[in-house]
Amino acid sequence: MQSQMKESDPILEVENLSASTDNLPILKGVSLSVYPGEIHAIMGRNGCGKSTLSKIIAGHPSYNITNGDIKFLGENINSLEPEERAQSGIFLGFQYPIEIPGVSNLEFLRVSTNARRKFLNKEELDTFDFEELVKEKLELVKMDHAFLSRSVNQGFSGGEKKRNEILQMALLEPKIAILDETDSGLDIDALRIVASGIKKISNAQTGIILITHYQRLLDEIEPNYVHVMSDGQIIKTGGSDLALELEKKGYEWTDKFIKKT
Amino acid sequence: MVNENLVKDVVKEPYKYGFVTDIETEKISKGLNEDIIRLISQKKEEPKYLLDFRLKAFKKWQKMNEPDWAGLGYKQIDYQDIIYYSAPKQKEKISSLDEVDPKLLETFDKLGIPLTEQKKLTNVAVDAVFDSVSIATTFREELAEHGVIFCSISEAVKNHSDLIEKYLGTVVPASDNYFAALNSAVFSDGSFVYIPKGVACPMDLSSYFRINSGDSGQFERTLIIAEESSSVSYLEGCTAPMFDTNTLHAAVVELIALDDASIKYSTVQNWYAGDEEGIGGIFNFVTKRGKCLGKRSKISWSQVETGSAITWKYPSCLLLGEESVGEFYSVALTNNLQQADTGTKMIHIGPKTKSTIVSKGISAGNSINSYRGLVKMGTKAIGSRNYSQCDSMLIGDQASANTFPYIKSQQPNSEIEHEASTCRISEDQLFYLQSRGIEFEEAVSMMVSGFCRDVFNQLPMEFAAEADKLLALKLEGSVG
Repeated sequence: MQSQMKESDPILEVENLSASTDNLPILKGVSLSVYPGEIHAIMGRNGCGKSTLSKIIAGHPSYNITNGDIKFLGENINSLEPEERAQSGIFLGFQYPIEIPGVSNLEFLRVSTNARRKFLNKEELDTFDFEELVKEKLELVKMDHAFLSRSVNQGFSGGEKKRNEILQMALLEPKIAILDETDSGLDIDALRIVASGIKKISNAQTGIILITHYQRLLDEIEPNYVHVMSDGQIIKTGGSDLALELEKKGYEWTDKFIKKT
Repeated sequence: MVNENLVKDVVKEPYKYGFVTDIETEKISKGLNEDIIRLISQKKEEPKYLLDFRLKAFKKWQKMNEPDWAGLGYKQIDYQDIIYYSAPKQKEKISSLDEVDPKLLETFDKLGIPLTEQKKLTNVAVDAVFDSVSIATTFREELAEHGVIFCSISEAVKNHSDLIEKYLGTVVPASDNYFAALNSAVFSDGSFVYIPKGVACPMDLSSYFRINSGDSGQFERTLIIAEESSSVSYLEGCTAPMFDTNTLHAAVVELIALDDASIKYSTVQNWYAGDEEGIGGIFNFVTKRGKCLGKRSKISWSQVETGSAITWKYPSCLLLGEESVGEFYSVALTNNLQQADTGTKMIHIGPKTKSTIVSKGISAGNSINSYRGLVKMGTKAIGSRNYSQCDSMLIGDQASANTFPYIKSQQPNSEIEHEASTCRISEDQLFYLQSRGIEFEEAVSMMVSGFCRDVFNQLPMEFAAEADKLLALKLEGSVG
């Protein structure tokens, strides 16, 4: 399905990617291409390498790429620093957003937004102009202005943290967003807010990868492709119906697709 | 382990103030004995009571032992191998700044402390101390109009002898401790401030201490007196050239606040810290103490300690006056092989006295950073309160942080509250900020300044921005 002809160039290409941490192989040859306007879902058991894949794309320093390439907009980004990847338009929504005591959320969002704007040759925003922009984006995730004056994610509830991630995504306007279990730990209302936020931000030029365990997010945002990962490999790729089938049959059903090595 | 490659790539900013001014100096011979003390006193044309003060202090010092309770590791100091008086050669009497050696003015220019009429800072009066002597004090006439005296302590000895005789050594007695006794015997210069009754000092006062010569110690003495209902904000900055030997800096600072007076004393200490292997750097062994003599008087210390090979100081408050207030806000940052043992003593003597301690220690590299503090409630300190907060931040896995809070209460009707925390900048936090496009170095400095915010908020505005930059600079390449 990935091999069919596309009209435009891919945003992200992961080619036969293998990676390890502390000499322990985690990814064992993953290939994946995301074209503009596409939504991909990656599913799989805990420990199958989904989160690792997202961190490696974002440049986490704990993992070593042992083989293969990551290309973003046609350029190899294997050796780019995480901040360079972010500035050029790769966004990782964290499964567990990190708390940073003492750093105000507003200041963090502003510095981050300006780093991206600088890369895009857009004018950097002063505190006043940024307030205007952030106010508008807060609407998207139905967050209260009071969140901005608190320390980054500190004392936020699970749902607030996830909404803060989507707020960051809205401000940074990435080319590709990888959302790692953004739906986990959310109640139905929070899930709807997050899902509608994602939908509003995505467009025909952006790509989205949703890493999830559950069908319920995919009910809100229908993916073009669903990939199933197991033991560091993508073992099956299908359309949105694959997720429904998984929901019915469980991961055990996919074990038969594991390639013998 | 964090971003190892990045750390290696980071260009380390050299110590900006490490230059030496090539200037002809008048030095006396090395060593310490009664004759040397008489010589210093004679050079400064001091009255007899001051020579006696020095000689008495020297006698006491000879009987004292260098303290070792802080457990700081350093090679024993040879007190006979230090020059106790070193001054740039210049004309006997200088009547205006035009007569100051241009090399000296240039030095202070380079340090960002311009002294000349055209360039001097507009809102701060500066007393510039170079090795053992004060070079110049700006805005003196303007301050005199308000009755404020701001001059070097040598001049004060000549022109305001009554005040010196009345107050010198009343807060930090000559026998207080080993280094205070040494200072009392050999002090060369320093700043003197007198704020008369009812006057709010119209501008910030500042002293800038520069050690230039490598083999002489700096022993300055500062005395600030705030009369009833007066107030003053005083700033202190320090730098030194890079030498591969250690230089001793043993200062004494005494503050006195009478009824309803308030003194705010802020320090940004950036003495040369030695190199990455711990070679060279200043030994900063300082005694700073304020006496809240008057009712409702207030003394507030804020300090940002980033330099020196070893920092050993406890700016303290003696709270005698009823309802008097003592404050201590501190950021101490250590990197490489630096050692800092700093904190405060809040001695509650009078009733309804109040003190606040906020200490933030940041240790990076292989450094050791300790908070050591004493809160004491005396028998008469009825209804007194203390709040202490001591936080430590560790950067990397080789640095260490300690907290030694001592609490003594002889008054059951008093309150003492102590909070402490330790945190570490984690790889996950750094990655989170980086994954939002924020550069590695900026990410570290954002987290550090976030950690220090409570203290920075207490600093005079310009100082706060300066302190923020200084910390970022000191930490470059330290996360590894």
